[in-house]
Amino acid sequence: MTTPSDNLTRRRLLMALPLAGAGVAGVAFWKMLDGMQHGSFNPHDINAPVLDRPVPDFTLAPLPPAEGFTTQDLQQLTKPVLVNFFASWCIPCLAEMPTLMTLKDRLTMWGIAYKDKPDNIASFLHHSGNPFTRLGDDHTGRAGIEWGISGVPETFLVGPGGIIRWHTAAPLTDATINRVLLPLVQRLQTP
Amino acid sequence: MLSPELGHYALALACVLAAVQGIIPLIGASRRDARLMALAPGLAIGQMIALGVSFLSLIYAAVTDDFSVQNIAENSAVSKPLLYKITGVWGNHEGSILLWALILGLCGAAVAAFGRNLPSALRARVIAVLGLVATGFELFCLTTSDPFARIWPAPMDGQGMNPLLQDPGLAFHPPILYTGYVGFAVPFAFAIAALIEGRVDAAWGRWVRPWAVAAWCFLTCGIAMGSWWSYYVLGWGGYWFWDPVENASLIPWLTGTALIHSAIVVEKREALKIWTVLLAIATFSFSLSGTFLVRSGILNSVHAFANDPARGVFILGLLGVVIGGSLALFAYRAPTLTAGGLFAPISREGALVLNNILLCSLCAVVLTGTMYPPFMSLLFDRTISVGKPFFDATTIPLALPLFIFMGFGPMLPWKRAQLWPVLQKLWLAAIVAALACAVAVFELSGVLAILCAAAALWVIAASVTDLAERTKLFRVPVATSLQRARMLPRAIIGTAIAHAGVGITVLGLAAMSQAQHKIVEVPIGTTEQLAGYDWTLKAVEQEPGPNYTAMVATLEVRRNGRLVTVMHPSKRSFNSQNQTTTDVAIHTNMLADLYGVLGDRHGPDTSPTYVLRLHYNPLAPWMWLGALIMAFGGALSLSDRRMRVGAPQRAKPTPASTSVA
Amino acid sequence: MTIRHKLAALAAGLLLMATPVLVLAVDDPSEMLPNPQQEARAQAIGAQLRCLVCQNESIEDSSAGLARDLRRVVREHVAKGENNQQVMDWMVSRYGNFIRLKPAFSLGTLLLWAMPVLALLMGIGTAFLFYRRRAAAPPPPPLTEDEKARLARLTKD
Repeated sequence: MTTPSDNLTRRRLLMALPLAGAGVAGVAFWKMLDGMQHGSFNPHDINAPVLDRPVPDFTLAPLPPAEGFTTQDLQQLTKPVLVNFFASWCIPCLAEMPTLMTLKDRLTMWGIAYKDKPDNIASFLHHSGNPFTRLGDDHTGRAGIEWGISGVPETFLVGPGGIIRWHTAAPLTDATINRVLLPLVQRLQTP
Repeated sequence: MLSPELGHYALALACVLAAVQGIIPLIGASRRDARLMALAPGLAIGQMIALGVSFLSLIYAAVTDDFSVQNIAENSAVSKPLLYKITGVWGNHEGSILLWALILGLCGAAVAAFGRNLPSALRARVIAVLGLVATGFELFCLTTSDPFARIWPAPMDGQGMNPLLQDPGLAFHPPILYTGYVGFAVPFAFAIAALIEGRVDAAWGRWVRPWAVAAWCFLTCGIAMGSWWSYYVLGWGGYWFWDPVENASLIPWLTGTALIHSAIVVEKREALKIWTVLLAIATFSFSLSGTFLVRSGILNSVHAFANDPARGVFILGLLGVVIGGSLALFAYRAPTLTAGGLFAPISREGALVLNNILLCSLCAVVLTGTMYPPFMSLLFDRTISVGKPFFDATTIPLALPLFIFMGFGPMLPWKRAQLWPVLQKLWLAAIVAALACAVAVFELSGVLAILCAAAALWVIAASVTDLAERTKLFRVPVATSLQRARMLPRAIIGTAIAHAGVGITVLGLAAMSQAQHKIVEVPIGTTEQLAGYDWTLKAVEQEPGPNYTAMVATLEVRRNGRLVTVMHPSKRSFNSQNQTTTDVAIHTNMLADLYGVLGDRHGPDTSPTYVLRLHYNPLAPWMWLGALIMAFGGALSLSDRRMRVGAPQRAKPTPASTSVA
Repeated sequence: MTIRHKLAALAAGLLLMATPVLVLAVDDPSEMLPNPQQEARAQAIGAQLRCLVCQNESIEDSSAGLARDLRRVVREHVAKGENNQQVMDWMVSRYGNFIRLKPAFSLGTLLLWAMPVLALLMGIGTAFLFYRRRAAAPPPPPLTEDEKARLARLTKD
């Protein structure tokens, strides 16, 4: 037989369940907000499952005079290459170009023009500078789908053997380059 | 003179008044000091007046194009029409928080004005709780979202408003929706006051219900308006995205609907007291967290206001105090509340319990579906989407039994009932539902759509049967029936109407699952076929507007060669923001909408082609019509003599009065 | 909240992803499959795929360019004779589970999918427990004849 006060305590514990639930949700929200402020949590991230996978099969139209590239070219890599999807109609791509230009001497970059016209691509690269050693034209956006991109700019680091080692769907910044990208390139270059 | 500084001062004054309103009456109530308690109404009304002055100052600044106010400079422009200068005040984060606070102030003043018959301690406590909540929001407004902040130098012209907001439907959508959200603060305050007092009885149920019903009516209209806006402005042919922001309004609507039903049981039978108190707390908590978490950017929603995690932390703290505090009080006090009346599982009470279980299960599903992606992302670092196919598959099976039991519920007697006599009364409704099912099998595709259509007609038929039974229609002379109908309590008529409204909405939803659409790119003069109609693009012309230029199409729709309508979908380019909007053309005959959208222009100037999006949406207007009927039913039951705010004295209701509704 | 609705969509669409959301895509009628059964299947698959750059919209509903491209890809795969699962897997392998509007059953989504049943059972269970407890403590039974007589004797004095 339980005493009335035992009974009351038990009932109180039962009635505290909503409070406990709200508390758990509150802590989780706080962690999310905290993560958003520190950049470790991004609810808008798509997380394409490309990491550590071979590059997809894709075809690009040539953009003469630049040299184009194919899946096989990436598979035969011995040194890492940065593959960047860009477009002349995309404002963040334009903003990203100076950053890519500074990276040009330290890392090989191949560009893919996404849903763009050859004339516009040429004048875009003429104005912003051309950081790419090879260039392909994805006029239909089909290669982009094979790579799993949802917009431009998106950037992939392809390691030796054509394995995708890193990916970002945001414009590259100096911070990401120095903190994440270049250390990774170092590791990939020293087998 | 209404200057921004005066507005800012009035806001600060309101905040101080709210704090006093939150403290003094509580002390008065616990000391049984009539003088301190008597301060509550005055403080509440004072706070409302201060907020009103503050809000008017902001409107004045908007109307007079005072671009030295940052908020106005960022969201208004000289060229904007007057109406949208005014409505644009709540079209941004800061202004909408101020509107939120103003409505909360109005609620407090309404309790002060209409709650004269409440026991003075209860009224003082209710007003005090509203004051405490208001203090939090006014502090939030003053510290992190100041709508009156000045900028220097002041720009010559503002940056203008999002052209999509330049729409009368959307201009009045936020005030109505917010009134719904904030209105649930009153039942919340009643619940907290009852917990402090340690007493929940039939009179409490009777006092709280009109406030809950009123808030529910506004929320219903607000959600319907939002959905309608999304339908006719966004030009995608649909009406509900299952977007976090939409779900954030649906969740409190579901718990609020449960609340207005469970409060009936408290009022009539003094049962479900603890549960009703919890629902009142939950509904307001969901209203708060939904609208505010959206502003923090956690939820993956493009509706989001400018995301600001720092602002989010303040909001989270505020939510923690309001929700955490009230649930802690609930955990401490609810177990001491006395148990209520007994009832058999098959009874009116039993049906209402079932209604609550199903509504809350629906709420749990929508809540889980909405919150799962960020939680997955946090815990497992994986992103997933939860969209329409998930919600269709999980909510409809829960909603169908709800619709079926909705038919029985209002006809069951209290305490203990027999199912068979009720079933006998509903045979006609059952036949209607069965016939509907048979017709639907041929007309609609998809099992769930067929079942929904049948359930909808069942609900409507059962509501009509309920009224027919009560007025003894066709069994006594029509005049006698009319006489009986006049004698029926408004609450009963209101219930039947609201339930029929649910049926009408569901019928619209079921039919909309059969909508057809087509997206084409055509030159002028082409005829497209969709759903048995011939749609011909006759012409496209340029037309200037007040602050935009429009490309207007002339779209002729014929059926079997006979002209049905000429529609003018257009595409507007706004001068100030370099933005375009689509202006959908809708032709409705109430049974179906013909819906045309003009898209981009392509090709050379000599032979241009235009993108057209054509939709055939059967019974589309019924979805919103049903919601309006629901709200009308709620409003009608509010006009019931017995529902009038504060009418009853605290006393046991006499057994005679419990026999109805 | 809904207020900023499309401004946010436009800002997100035009500036961040550089993919216009509102602008209607060109949809070539020839994009539709000639075989009506295959077209119906393609539409059913498309309704399950999220337009990655829009709101909670499926690629069948969306006017965004990427949605149109994905529609075309879905139709190509359907025309090749792949079944629904194969097309879905192809999409998921490129875009991850984010693209499924209806999350796949897995350990991680167990709670999500179980929620309707779980909530219903919890509700019914709680109601049943409370009912049984109340029913188990019935009001005292009416007095027997003996007791009534005793009561009458006691109250007589």
